[in-house]
Amino acid sequence: MIKERKARTGRKDTFSSILYELFFAVLALFAFVFPNVSAQAPTQIAAPLVGNAQTGKDLYLRYSCYACHSYDGHGGAGARLVPMRMTVERFSTYVRNPRQMPPYSTKLLSEAQMADIWAYIKSLPVSPEAKDIPLLAQIMKGR
Amino acid sequence: MAKSEQPVGRRRFLKGAAAGAAGALVVKTAAAATVEPQAPPQQTRSVPASPQNAQLVADTSPPPAREDPRIIDRPASDFMVDVIKSLGFEYVGANPGSSFEGLHESIINYGDNKMPELLTCCHEESSVAMAHGYAKIDGKPMLALVHGNIGLQHASMAIYNAYADRVPVFIIAGNWLDGATRNNGVNSYHSAQDMALIVRDYVKWDDEPASLGAFAESAVRAYKIAMTPPMEPVLIVLDHDMQERPLPATPPRIPRLTMPAFPVGDPNAVRETARLLLAADNPRINAGRMARTPAGITHLVELAELLQAPVNGGGDRVNFPSRHPLAGTGGAAGADVILNLEVQGGGGPGFIATQRAPNAKTISISSLELYIKSNLQDFQHMADADIVMAADAEATLPLLIEEVKRQLTPDRRRALQERGATIAEVHQQARSVGMESAAYGWDSSPISLARLCGELWAQIQNEDWSLVSWQGFISGWPGRLWNIDKHYHYIGGQGAGAMGYGAPAAVGAALANRKHGRLSINIQTDGDLNYAPGVLWTACHHRIPLLTVMHNNRAYHQEVMFIQQMASRRNRGGDRAHIGTTITDPNIDYAKMAQAYGMYGEGPISNPKDLAPAIKRALERVKKGEPAMLDVVTQPR
Repeated sequence: MIKERKARTGRKDTFSSILYELFFAVLALFAFVFPNVSAQAPTQIAAPLVGNAQTGKDLYLRYSCYACHSYDGHGGAGARLVPMRMTVERFSTYVRNPRQMPPYSTKLLSEAQMADIWAYIKSLPVSPEAKDIPLLAQIMKGR
Repeated sequence: MAKSEQPVGRRRFLKGAAAGAAGALVVKTAAAATVEPQAPPQQTRSVPASPQNAQLVADTSPPPAREDPRIIDRPASDFMVDVIKSLGFEYVGANPGSSFEGLHESIINYGDNKMPELLTCCHEESSVAMAHGYAKIDGKPMLALVHGNIGLQHASMAIYNAYADRVPVFIIAGNWLDGATRNNGVNSYHSAQDMALIVRDYVKWDDEPASLGAFAESAVRAYKIAMTPPMEPVLIVLDHDMQERPLPATPPRIPRLTMPAFPVGDPNAVRETARLLLAADNPRINAGRMARTPAGITHLVELAELLQAPVNGGGDRVNFPSRHPLAGTGGAAGADVILNLEVQGGGGPGFIATQRAPNAKTISISSLELYIKSNLQDFQHMADADIVMAADAEATLPLLIEEVKRQLTPDRRRALQERGATIAEVHQQARSVGMESAAYGWDSSPISLARLCGELWAQIQNEDWSLVSWQGFISGWPGRLWNIDKHYHYIGGQGAGAMGYGAPAAVGAALANRKHGRLSINIQTDGDLNYAPGVLWTACHHRIPLLTVMHNNRAYHQEVMFIQQMASRRNRGGDRAHIGTTITDPNIDYAKMAQAYGMYGEGPISNPKDLAPAIKRALERVKKGEPAMLDVVTQPR
């Protein structure tokens, strides 16, 4: 009996588990398709962060973001930031725990400040492509 | 008639005439001083008397000693110049110092200031770093004279750079060896019992000869040692008093300089290396300080093309043409046979063995196996290798090429050609990626380094140009944008990573380029220039054509990033990373600095659209044979 109950319980658990996993699979798919929404907690919709680009520029310079990413985000020792493809939430998450660059915790930069920096980067103009720069096009043709 | 009958002694006549002339001269000088014309003194004619006894004695005695007995017509330092000339030095850099004043005087007078010509340097570090840059272009050492103790200590950082960069520099330091005769005060401060001890850890050989014959032998031996791989600086400490003594009637012999044949790899090791390379699916060649001469590049191209193997040319020498289809890593596939040519160091902490197959074989050919010192750790970690040849890589390449040719079958050759096509494709893709990266921030202000290098290339590509500065601090843009295929197209970096090398090495390299009419370009970091900017004056004074373009990011920028990283790891942020690392408040005006030293200077230039016309103006100056500087305010990297 004990074994049978266990077995039945096991089946029920398996079924629950499938439902449970299916729920999160759908959620993950939804998150993949709608990345801006996916960053929000499923049970609580937070107000979207709105950054101030001018304040962000001051922070970008003060916290030496320019040192690795250049004054206007085109990269250098660090990655190119322009065009900014991350959401503000994704950006913040990355900067808190990055793969390579120095981490910036909430003690150092608040979520609001992170949004300001993101807004500044988002405002920076995108460079022309190499093929549209005559000098680079000419260098590329050279042997 | 009566007057003509008076006897006038010849000597007295001459004395009288001399007195008259002297009087006229005095009057003329005085007139010049007081401006107002004065009447000439009245000429009086005295009647000569009969010579007195004293006069007779004076007239018939031998003349007094014409010269001060301290005068030495032929000092020993003249012979030292003969020795130096026998070694073919073109230039000697020196900041003047009394410990080598005898040799200094002999170089400029007895030696006629030719071969070598004395270059006035404002710092001993500049003298040696100039010699460092010179040797990288010319392939032979320049001479540097440094003052006892203090000059050698000033020079020490530059000596260490040259040592770590395997570059020959010939240094002579003055010394007052004899404690019994040297003066108190500065002479004693500038003397040492064992002066070479100051730099012995990073010169290949030193000596303090006690006689002229020993000097001749030591100098020739030192030159030979400096020029034998691995090439390094050498030092002769030269006694001050020995320079000033009279040269013996029969000067000592100057030994003949005969360079040794450089060590080459063992034939069995060369044979096995060729076998491994030909059998490899994905071989890769890494070149460090390999090409000592233009032939090194030619040999490496031939080997790479035979094997159809990718070549990582490194950043310390021009080993391989930057636009050769085989230049690069060859793609993501792990290399199964790796040939390291004069590559230093192996896997230490943090080393990631990327692009290496699990059971890859490694072969190393390096002259550094023949020579190592213990104190300074420039030798780095030991590299794991399956075959190690203690030999000069450039000298060994012809043997390896012959062995590869001997073992290469027609079938294998066809297979290798297919591999070569794939590697060429990877090379082209890397070039495209580099070009796309160059576009980022193309119109930014401050000016991007890609833009700076692109604008420079547009104006020098049809010249016989030479980049005489390191590209490590400028993100390697010349290597990505320029066609670097000659040994003088690039001179690599500092060696030991010590700042203060850049500006003087550029001037020294430009000096070596001058006789070939080459256009020398120095992309100069601001922090480096401020160590010893007096070398700008040396470039002006000696008419050394050189275009210096400031990479003025107003910081010791590497350290900005390091401090920022350190602060962030400690959860303290990077908002104070600028303290102690930036060069602002006030900003330095490099155009004015150049002008102060007598150089054409323009800037600061922040707008990228102003860059091309400014380069054109500065190049016009340089092509006329003078140095010029553009101060370009740049992005950090």
